[in-house]
Amino acid sequence: MLSRVADSIYWMSRYVERAENVARIVDVNLNIMLDSTSADQQWQPLVNITGDHEDFAKRYEEANRQTVLEFLTFDRDNPNSILSCLRSARENARSVREIISSEMWLQLNQFYLTVKAAAEGGQGMDSPHEFFTNVKLSSHLFTGLTDATMTHGEGWHFSRLGRKLERADKTSRILDVKYFILLRSVADVGTPFDDVQWAAVLRSSSAFEMYRKRHGRISPKLIVEFLLLDSEFPRAIRYCLNAARDSFHAISGTPIGTYRKPAEKLLGQLCSELAYATIDDVMGQGLHEYLDTLQTNMNLVSNGVYERFFAKRMPETRHASMEKVQ
Amino acid sequence: MKLSEYEVGNFFDEMFGENGRPRAAARPLARKIESLPPGELLTRQLAADRALVQAGITFNVYGESEGVEKTLPFDLVPRIVPATEWDRIERGLKQRIRALNMFIDDLYHDQKIIKDKAVPEHIVSTSKGLRSACLGVNPPRGIWCHITGTDLVRHSDGQIYVLEDNLRCPSGVSYVLENRRLMKSLFPEVFEASRIRPVSNYPIRLRDMLEYLAPEGETSPRVVVLTPGVFNSAYFEHSFLAQQMGVELVEGGDLVVSDGYVWMNTTNGFERVDVIYRRIDDDFLDPETFRADSMLGVPGLMKVYKAGNVALANAPGSGVADDKVVYAYVPKIIKYYLDQDIILPNVPTHICAEPNELKYVLEHLGELVVKAANESGGYGMLIGPHSTAEQREEFARRIAANPRNYIAQPTLSLSRVPTLIDGRLEGRHVDLRPYILYGKDIFVLPGGLTRVALKKGSLVVNSSQGGGSKDTWVLADSPATLQADEMTQNQSATRVAGATI
Repeated sequence: MLSRVADSIYWMSRYVERAENVARIVDVNLNIMLDSTSADQQWQPLVNITGDHEDFAKRYEEANRQTVLEFLTFDRDNPNSILSCLRSARENARSVREIISSEMWLQLNQFYLTVKAAAEGGQGMDSPHEFFTNVKLSSHLFTGLTDATMTHGEGWHFSRLGRKLERADKTSRILDVKYFILLRSVADVGTPFDDVQWAAVLRSSSAFEMYRKRHGRISPKLIVEFLLLDSEFPRAIRYCLNAARDSFHAISGTPIGTYRKPAEKLLGQLCSELAYATIDDVMGQGLHEYLDTLQTNMNLVSNGVYERFFAKRMPETRHASMEKVQ
Repeated sequence: MKLSEYEVGNFFDEMFGENGRPRAAARPLARKIESLPPGELLTRQLAADRALVQAGITFNVYGESEGVEKTLPFDLVPRIVPATEWDRIERGLKQRIRALNMFIDDLYHDQKIIKDKAVPEHIVSTSKGLRSACLGVNPPRGIWCHITGTDLVRHSDGQIYVLEDNLRCPSGVSYVLENRRLMKSLFPEVFEASRIRPVSNYPIRLRDMLEYLAPEGETSPRVVVLTPGVFNSAYFEHSFLAQQMGVELVEGGDLVVSDGYVWMNTTNGFERVDVIYRRIDDDFLDPETFRADSMLGVPGLMKVYKAGNVALANAPGSGVADDKVVYAYVPKIIKYYLDQDIILPNVPTHICAEPNELKYVLEHLGELVVKAANESGGYGMLIGPHSTAEQREEFARRIAANPRNYIAQPTLSLSRVPTLIDGRLEGRHVDLRPYILYGKDIFVLPGGLTRVALKKGSLVVNSSQGGGSKDTWVLADSPATLQADEMTQNQSATRVAGATI
């Protein structure tokens, strides 16, 4: 497969996943706000989750419902707003139209056009919950079409690799930011409001019911364990990284447990780390520090994917991929 | 919907005869349209428009900002071409392409036609499409113009004329295929009642032709489509053709020259490329040979090409026959190489480079259509009867300054086809671009892009100037013709399935 094509498929999926996660985060926050007074409203953390607080601060005076919604949803100058993500996803899809199934293209194009129309018509924010639900469902539909209509070959694995790395990254950010805020407001700890907030963390990852089945009662530690270390819940970081690793190896042809390139090694190490870590180890180390290191490593994996598969090479290195399996 | 209200006017109408009744070939369609309840045609038209936007069948508009993608407006009343008429068009086009190919080959070798004074030397040497880098080059199988789109028009005298040849990278064939798909879903009943020749085997014909060009001995050649990228106005078509042929769509940056071959950069290292259907102009193809500032091409590509290790379609340098002044000599070119009279006539053309003709042109600007020799897309054109005095003065200045660059033709009264305008059928002017493939033999796709000038009275059909498109139905004279068409289709289906495994 052409490196450029692989790159586009990877980013197409990543951007759709990113749009979905932004929708999740915002939607859940809107829901929480219904249970709190306006004075308690916290909008800045949403911007922090996306990691774009510097960009936000440059162009907006304060973080309130209106500015944050605008920034995260329809702001064309924010490359990570829902609209921008879908525009990028669609541009990537457009450059690989001949590779993906026509159903995928039709759906993604429709998805983008709907959000664009909402942005231009000023609708969407009239009934935000409905809007964000639609974004989530459209993303699921796209993922479903990818699984159901595209050959599960190299291209599909690149799509899955992009999606899972993005999802792992977003789940880690949600955990990081929320945990920080929730533990800081000591006054709220143990109060009903705290439970609502923690339930929201789960809900933003569609994890509420699945968590209940596993652990029942709401407990910050167990929530962290569930979203970080669970091997079966599809939005848990460990699950995502395992799936990313499987696809990476399916593409490279290297058996799992061995590696040829640094990215493959690091991804394997992350999976092993999460497989053997206990929640007490993690908390002992400090959740924020732990997640920070994890995010740095996931970024290194992303860069390694680029180096290994997408970067422009010259034919002198034509046989470079023949390196020994270690 | 009542067809009796339709005004044929003082034009040749492709659907209705002079008596105002539908022509024989158009009767099943006319009956269908008459049977539709009021408003139904418009409903189907809107459904077609929606389908085009949803499918993202769009072209980019140059010079406008982000997100400016337009669909080529599609009109659902087709142009119908009877079998006997098509037979003549097909013979005419084959004759023309065969002669043009010999002409190009001659120009880059012995230049016999110039030595024999059938075409003036200065016309050829000043053609913008001439590439000195191609002198002496022998393209695979001796073919230069593999894919041609020739624009045809019908005048009020009922005669079909060749308006111009497009031998560089003619676009539009994807619309032919997509328009047909759309029409089948909109008017399935009419397809059952008429014998309409299929166009869907074009991609496999194209692939066969391209594989035929591969270096000798290559049993499973790798064919790719080379696009300037997603921002090109015809990107949709590049991607569509690659997909339909089942080959890779590549950009210049995906290709690299090494060891005398062209390679593409894949996730698993480098793979050799044998045939490139390039949709990039000569100028941008290879910065080492042509424009050094090109970011779109592949450095060193021409060396590999000249060594016979990769095929390019169309062959670089083919554009020399695309020049509108060279066009004027095509009847002589056909006579010279084939010793035949031209089957499909040219529009009578005044060559401003000839002093007598220049004088005539400058005196009759108000009646003539003036075209720049190397412009396309409807730019650089003066339509005398629709022009203002200032525009004529401006053109007179330009022509006098550079007569070589201009030709003039009488203003034709292009034929019309009923077109849905604000829910009513009105006559609009059309042209027709059939597509011709030159491989093992010459194949003319039975159909083509009918472009329609949607503005009332307008004669400019280009999409950049408010034009739209229609499906073109070439009818089969007998069930045997259809059967033959379908047989190639079935073979194609097997081939495509085989190719993707």
